[in-house]
Amino acid sequence: MLFKLSIKNIRKSIKDYTIYFLTLILGVAIFYMFNSLDSQEAMLDMNRSTQMIVELLVDMIAYVSVFVAVVLGFLIVYANNFIIKRRKQEFGLYMTLGMGKGQISRILLFETIFIGLLSLVIGMLIGVFGSQLMSILVAKLFAVDMSEYEFVFSKAAALKTCLYFGIMYVAVMLFNAVTISKYKLIDLLTAIRKNERVKMKNPVICVAVFLVAVSMLGYAYYKVTGGIDTLGTIDKVAGPIILGVISTFLIFWSLSGFILKLVQSRKNVYLKGTNLFVLRQIHNKINTTVVSMTIICLLLFMTISVLSSALSLNRVMTKELEETTPVDINLCKPANLPENGDYTKVQIEDSKLPVSDTLKNAGMDMNALKDVVEVDTYATNDLKLKDTLGEVYEAAKAEYPLFRYESAEEIIKLSDYNQIAKLYGLPEYELNDSEYIVLCDYDYIKGTRDRALESGGKITIAGKDYVSRFRECQDGYILMTGGHTNYGIIVVPDSCKLTEDIKETHYLIANYNAETEEEKEEIEQMFVSYEEDSGTFIDKILEDNIQIDGMTKMSLYEANKGVATVVTFIAIYLGVIFLIASSAILALKELTENSDNKQRYTVLRKIGVDEAMINQSLFRQIGIFFLVPLALAVVHSVFGIQFALKLISVSVKPEQMLPSVIATAVFLIVVYGGYFLATYVGSKNIIKEER
Amino acid sequence: MKHVLEVKQIEKYYGNKSNLTKAIDNISFNVDEGEFVGIMGASGSGKTTLLNCISTIDRVTAGHILINDEDITKLKGSNLNRFRREELGFIFQDFNLLDTLTAYENIALALTIQKVKPADIDRRVKEIAKKLGIIEILNKYPYQVSGGQKQRIASARAIITNPKIVLADEPTGALDSKSSRQLLESFETLNKKMGATILMVTHDAFTASYAERILFIKDGKIFNELFRGSATRKEFFGKIIEIVTLLGGELNDVI
Repeated sequence: MLFKLSIKNIRKSIKDYTIYFLTLILGVAIFYMFNSLDSQEAMLDMNRSTQMIVELLVDMIAYVSVFVAVVLGFLIVYANNFIIKRRKQEFGLYMTLGMGKGQISRILLFETIFIGLLSLVIGMLIGVFGSQLMSILVAKLFAVDMSEYEFVFSKAAALKTCLYFGIMYVAVMLFNAVTISKYKLIDLLTAIRKNERVKMKNPVICVAVFLVAVSMLGYAYYKVTGGIDTLGTIDKVAGPIILGVISTFLIFWSLSGFILKLVQSRKNVYLKGTNLFVLRQIHNKINTTVVSMTIICLLLFMTISVLSSALSLNRVMTKELEETTPVDINLCKPANLPENGDYTKVQIEDSKLPVSDTLKNAGMDMNALKDVVEVDTYATNDLKLKDTLGEVYEAAKAEYPLFRYESAEEIIKLSDYNQIAKLYGLPEYELNDSEYIVLCDYDYIKGTRDRALESGGKITIAGKDYVSRFRECQDGYILMTGGHTNYGIIVVPDSCKLTEDIKETHYLIANYNAETEEEKEEIEQMFVSYEEDSGTFIDKILEDNIQIDGMTKMSLYEANKGVATVVTFIAIYLGVIFLIASSAILALKELTENSDNKQRYTVLRKIGVDEAMINQSLFRQIGIFFLVPLALAVVHSVFGIQFALKLISVSVKPEQMLPSVIATAVFLIVVYGGYFLATYVGSKNIIKEER
Repeated sequence: MKHVLEVKQIEKYYGNKSNLTKAIDNISFNVDEGEFVGIMGASGSGKTTLLNCISTIDRVTAGHILINDEDITKLKGSNLNRFRREELGFIFQDFNLLDTLTAYENIALALTIQKVKPADIDRRVKEIAKKLGIIEILNKYPYQVSGGQKQRIASARAIITNPKIVLADEPTGALDSKSSRQLLESFETLNKKMGATILMVTHDAFTASYAERILFIKDGKIFNELFRGSATRKEFFGKIIEIVTLLGGELNDVI
């Protein structure tokens, strides 16, 4: 009998809570899709370096999944909680008919099990098919051949999904049992009347709190953007974030009162059509859902900033990479290792030779390389960073205590640099006998160096004075790093007396002597793959403990692609979950209040408000309810994204940001807008007059 | 005097052929401008159905209802809403105030949906509130005021649009006797001083005794009609009781 009742209840409430049910299914599906990544077809068919990235991705997803499960668990318990609250009268009726609390709990238990199983099965089905689609997407990202396509079902992911959601549903059951056991019959029967109580807030206090909250938020915004330089360490970042959360809460706490006061003072708006009714509906709703609104706003904020920064980071990194990897390989090794006992004789002898000699001695076929440029750089304690900075040193030290002021500057001869510049496609320079150039493209330090150069930037090398040819740093670098991270290189005329003993580093810059990608890949493997006792030249070099550092275009691309992919996947995963969680809470809040709303709209009908007007006011009411947290979240994001990008020291121009912002907006409009429309249509059906 | 309401041989049936219930069985009457008419009857006598038909909430099976010479049985859709909004005022047993709105807003809403100028609204709301003695509670929410006050707010909302006729359905049904008396005195004010036409359905003889004329309904038909004339309210009350006794025991129980 109880079972029958449960089934009937579900049938009845599925109509009301379609959105809740759909959200559960969506949650299960997304959870499965991301957790089944490792066993997807595309992942199985990859080379080693990409596989490492995938492993990283899978590890990250495993961690993020715990967090996602917490968010979803919160959503489910929370949504369930206010659905249960709404059913107080029904429970009251059961109890007056003589049903015990245990039996009511059992009804709810059946319901939860039934809904849980149903959502798991349907969600998993959608997830399995969705993951095939995702597989294709992944294959495209990693350029994997998908000609031998196979349908994949990941048992591990399925089990994990069942386990995580199982735990969530058990939590819901326990929660229900506790809630039911606390209810008193009298409260259940008078539940409706209690709902009529409207919490009142003093409008004057509301206005005051609102203004305080706005200025707090303004200060927090300033701290993370304009005043970002004052945030030296991570723990100082917490301040503005906490301030932001508190002010968000306070804004929602006072917003409706503030708006009410504002609109009431404009009689033309206030006393027009159903405006005052809509205003009161929103006032009432926002007032009673301050905490939810805050959470929703913050979730939306995270969705927007995570998605748009991650997507633009991806774009920026790819573009930067193209600019900063002009050749196939860079190799470098230290010169002039001292005879202080730290190094072996072989190492010291080798450090006197250029890179190509080391390679040749180890038995490498130099025909594999073309466009070879070999240069040396110098460094002397006579010219440290603090010397180059000259007059601005003291000021810089106060502002950026972390710069390595005591490290010697890297110096290169003009003709050497011009060789590199030619190969890299960078501008070549000319210098008078007493001039030098600073090459630097790392934004972090560039500003400080520029200031030093403004006044000429006199330096002394080997007893001779030099002044800067330019009033600012020039773009350029020796070693490619896949980004703009050149800390500073001094280019001096060839006439400068740079002696053998201050030689610092040997460089070899070259392209692979190959036409096709496959041939290039082969040469690449010569440098990057290493097996002990394989007799290759790398093996020999390593046996002698000779340190050669290097960077290849391919490895930079792969590493970058890996980071970008991991970031994008995690961002989408989190973004989707945050978005559906917040949309679902909003939608459910609105829909569960429809029994109250229904009464109100019936009154409106009775006093002669026509259907068009009623639909319009319902649309406005739900629209504003959805828009308010979104609007604040968007404002948050404008500052949050800037902050996030600054934090990872990537400079993004607004136009670079635009495509990812548009992508995020489209995504947001589809999901959030979808929930909004579903809520509107659902509400309209509920308040519809039964004739 | 001009007829505000003309009810012409209306009938209302419920159910199907095999099981037909005649809720209203050929009723005709008129209400003149400025009249305060009561309709009495036991539960199930058809008085609420009659009111629902007049208030356009329900439709008649046969016959015509004319309000201000407009046949409301022929109105449809948005016209019906407009008519209800502009020509009728309602007072319900359970007040039907919007719980999220203050008293002021509840009253003002009736005007804002008619697109009355905002400047006029404020003045008119305050004017009517003064007459009904609810000026002090205008900024309170329905749950903050007593039942009697709620019903007076509802009355203000019903009358503020200057309707042709105010329809009151058991207005004292949810009130205690003191509040009932105050409300009915307010009705007298509306009727005598503001010239409002009121049609009130009740089963309570005391409430009915404030009306000038009472129609008694039994089994869907008009059973009797009673005029107050120059009699005092107390004498009129006695006459009502007589009729009620005549009507049968049922009504007696609830007095």
